[in-house]
Amino acid sequence: MADWLSPEAWTAVRLSLCVAFWAVVWTLPLGIAVAWLLARREFPGKALLNGIVLLPLILPPVVTGYLLLLSFGTRGPVGGFLQEKFGIVFAFRWTGAALAAGIMAFPLMVRAIRLSIEAADRRLEQAAGTLGASPVWVFLTVTLPLILPGIIAGAILAFAKAMGEFGATITFVSNIPGQTQTLPSAIYAFLQVPGGYEAAFRLVLIAVLVSMGAVLLSEWVAQVVARRIGGG
Amino acid sequence: MLDVAVRHRLGNFALDVAFRAPLGLTALFGRSGSGKTTVVNAVAGILRPDAGRIALGDRVLFDERLNLPPWKRRVGYVFQDSRLFPHLTVRQNLLYGRWFAPKGDGPTLETVVDLLGIGALLARRPTLLSGGERQRVAIGRALLARPELLLMDEPLAAIDEARKAEVLPYLERIRDATTVPVLYVSHSVAEVARLATTVVLIDGGRVVGQGTAAEVLSDPGSVAALGPREMGAVIEARIAGQEADGLTRLDGAAGPILVPQVAGAVGTRVRLRVQAQDVMIALNRPEGLSALNILPAVVREVRIGDGPGALVQLSVGGEVILARVTRRSAVVLGLAPGLACFAVLKTVAIAPGDIGR
Repeated sequence: MADWLSPEAWTAVRLSLCVAFWAVVWTLPLGIAVAWLLARREFPGKALLNGIVLLPLILPPVVTGYLLLLSFGTRGPVGGFLQEKFGIVFAFRWTGAALAAGIMAFPLMVRAIRLSIEAADRRLEQAAGTLGASPVWVFLTVTLPLILPGIIAGAILAFAKAMGEFGATITFVSNIPGQTQTLPSAIYAFLQVPGGYEAAFRLVLIAVLVSMGAVLLSEWVAQVVARRIGGG
Repeated sequence: MLDVAVRHRLGNFALDVAFRAPLGLTALFGRSGSGKTTVVNAVAGILRPDAGRIALGDRVLFDERLNLPPWKRRVGYVFQDSRLFPHLTVRQNLLYGRWFAPKGDGPTLETVVDLLGIGALLARRPTLLSGGERQRVAIGRALLARPELLLMDEPLAAIDEARKAEVLPYLERIRDATTVPVLYVSHSVAEVARLATTVVLIDGGRVVGQGTAAEVLSDPGSVAALGPREMGAVIEARIAGQEADGLTRLDGAAGPILVPQVAGAVGTRVRLRVQAQDVMIALNRPEGLSALNILPAVVREVRIGDGPGALVQLSVGGEVILARVTRRSAVVLGLAPGLACFAVLKTVAIAPGDIGR
């Protein structure tokens, strides 16, 4: 197995899994909050927020990557601040890849969660309120369990999208083997050298397997949760 | 004691009601669209009325300066559609409100489970319950949140007739066991006659009658809100004996009355609904008649309607009974206040559902 993939390719696979995992972790709380705002609240600038959330889906990924470089680069306003105050660096690090992948996956995640919040039965939340639960408790004990299938679906979708993110990542953090070379970047790199086709193909196989696995997992989890909620 | 005064406008429907609900079960009664649910939602804090004041004892829930959110009102709400949490078991549903209720006295899980007969359901999920079971769990859930007022919005409306008969006795037990006022919305006279200690009659967004169930339901003035077919008296009696041929003898202020069998020991209190259209009036004691109950009566009031009917309020012993006859009969018999006559009541006209505790 070890010779089937070169150490370099293995590193890329591991890095990609790590990047996708952290991309989901940092976007999930934000995604739930934004989805809730969009589904439940009317406020000035709602259309604008919706537009900003969707932007990564519409913009060329290279543009998103470039904008990230401008703002989160070491000399960018946000990146400079974070480096100075907290020592957090994004540019040309795997953390930057997680940031870029998370932003690219964000619209998909928000959409899935928003749909489930819109479908959640508000009458149950009302009932919880009459039983003494404040809005925060209602959200934690009623809304959250009810929208769990949507959250899981959104998270897995985002994970798969983050695994495959290429354009914004390579623009923002480049393609440094062992540091920022994710699976798609590695495939791209293998395709650039003569004789790299076979190694690229093996990585492609892994990408397909991981994506299929994610989809199957999400279906299975959604079924289990639905059975729990629906009456098992 | 619950004090309600609410004004609210919904489109071109104007609601303007004021009433008090003492301890016991106060039925908010009216046809669909009369504004009952709006009132209850305002009391629960789910709907903010345009103006008014709602207070529980000396605790103000709503007035021009204050609008407590639902979770701070301590008002238990049993919804028409039960609204049990599908992701929790019956036990978890029952205990949900306990998390948020202040520490103190209140019914325990055991007492409520016993009271409602839901012990066998505790481990189940709500989706697997029947409509009647679901409502019983919803009632238990509201009780266990230790409310200072219990609201019930047509809790039997979504249940089929057979299940209603199953749940009604539990509602009677709740009425007698709780130490908080119960505000009960209904458009079924039969339910109100059985359950209510106080009735608030609502029609077209206004209170048109208020008093005990016996007073309001036998007041000929309630006919506009109730409809003539639903008019009838509610009388109190005790079981005096069980007859060998399947009848039960009741004794009360109205005198002895024979009804189809009612389970219960001698001395058990029952309340009986006697519909106006089931009562006949005779000037002389009829003979050779199949009806078993012939009660000496005195006419108190005759109300001639717009149609062919007339409502006659009769004084029978210490009770009031209502009879619905035709205008023609009223004229032929010369029915007028003070006239002595006999009220004739067929035993089989009294349905088992008309007899409650």
